[in-house]
Amino acid sequence: MADKVSVDEVAEAMYKQVASAQGVKKLKPGDLNKMMAEIYGDRVDRDTCKLAIRKLIESSRCVYTYFGGSYIELPHRESAEN
Amino acid sequence: MAELPKTPLLDELEKGPWPSFVTEIKEAAKHKASSRDLLGLLERSYRERLGHWKHGGIVGVLGYGGGVIGRYTDLPQDFPAISHFHTMRINQPPGWFYTSKALRQICDIWEEHGSGLTNMHGSTGDIILLGTTTPELEPTFQALCAVGFDLGGSGSDMRTPSSCVGPARCEWACYDTLGLAHDLTITFQDELHRPMFPYKFKFKCSGCPNDCVAAVARADMSIIGTWRDDIKVDHAKVKEYADKGLDIERTVIRNCPGKCMEWDGATLAIDNSACRKCMHCINVMPKALRPGDDRGATILIGSKAPIVEGALLSSVLIPFWKPEPPYEDLKDLVRTIWDLWAEEGKNRERVGEFIQRVGLGNFLSAIGLDPEAEMVAHPRENPYIFYAVGDKE
Ligand code: SF4
Ligand code: SF4
Repeated sequence: MADKVSVDEVAEAMYKQVASAQGVKKLKPGDLNKMMAEIYGDRVDRDTCKLAIRKLIESSRCVYTYFGGSYIELPHRESAEN
Repeated sequence: MAELPKTPLLDELEKGPWPSFVTEIKEAAKHKASSRDLLGLLERSYRERLGHWKHGGIVGVLGYGGGVIGRYTDLPQDFPAISHFHTMRINQPPGWFYTSKALRQICDIWEEHGSGLTNMHGSTGDIILLGTTTPELEPTFQALCAVGFDLGGSGSDMRTPSSCVGPARCEWACYDTLGLAHDLTITFQDELHRPMFPYKFKFKCSGCPNDCVAAVARADMSIIGTWRDDIKVDHAKVKEYADKGLDIERTVIRNCPGKCMEWDGATLAIDNSACRKCMHCINVMPKALRPGDDRGATILIGSKAPIVEGALLSSVLIPFWKPEPPYEDLKDLVRTIWDLWAEEGKNRERVGEFIQRVGLGNFLSAIGLDPEAEMVAHPRENPYIFYAVGDKE
């Protein structure tokens, strides 16, 4: 089996997905996990995905948003915000 | 002090002998502009019969995706002090035990950083701090952390586990509800603070079938104390109840859902094999009856209040479980369920709805559990299934 992909690489791939979906579709963490599984197959596992999301959030490159459910998006100004 | 807005409609809610949230907001409005504006906005909503809140968005503290619920008014020009009025959910201690010092610390922090208004407690069990601005979120969080509190859950995450007072105060507790709720909270910190599920997931721990935290109706996973040996009977005390005028036949025997009790005027007999563990007889004669000694819990799954779909009650998943720290067997089961639901669940689909959609049989086989008779919620209702004579069982 090929080597496991690193957290940094998964974070970068996730960031690209979030950026390209911004304003078009809101992605949930589960959507990102599935996308990573499609890209990397069994080289990525759920724990790596968790850590990658954590990295994106803690570095403030992405933020959690809530619209009925929770999503991951790029930081932006909300239409609801005053 | 600025004058309070005129609120003739809200004033109606102060009439009568019961406590009034309007009175409390007016009290807070004496020293908080946000509470003054809140009164004005609420009065206007009542007059116009229209809500003036916008909900959701990007607010939170760094690293967390839960615990803060964004709220803004759509009339910021008229009510600037509540232009932002975010809610913070704070993880309550198991069983809601506080020292008065801890309560003062929370209130002081909230007076300094927010409106000072609280809701003790929200339906999930958290301490609810009502109303602050975006810049105050992080300082409030830091101040709460410094005195040992943390945010609770919100959004599509594991919600703050809650428990009844259990063995700390209640003689009926069949297991340590506080210990389990605390352990689940600590073990699943990641799931609590970082939304990763299709929708919310709630744990509630009740120490006995009285189910004081209403787990059976409100939790995605309910852990409800029970016993599997015989109810303990003190016959002398039963007689004492009868002598003092308790109509045991009418009050206890006829209300037993298992129809498993008999009372001949002198002796109480229980067919424990048919007992439903409902607690009714024990509640009526607490000095005479007690749960048995072989105590544990039933694990149920899938209840919820109506939000996207209608309400659901829990179904039995594990009929009898011995809760023993560190509860690894339960945690393994939970992780298996979460993995399946995260993979196959639809957006905003609670685990109970997911089970209904895929079918209990498929769900059980996917998580590796064998079906058991206790999982059947009620007998088959489909009249088009016939059994041939000779079919066994
Ligand atoms: S659920 Fe049972 S054990 Fe818990 S507080 Fe209520 S009566 Fe006591
Ligand atoms: S616990 Fe309920 S079902 Fe069992 S004997 Fe008492 S009343 Fe009957």
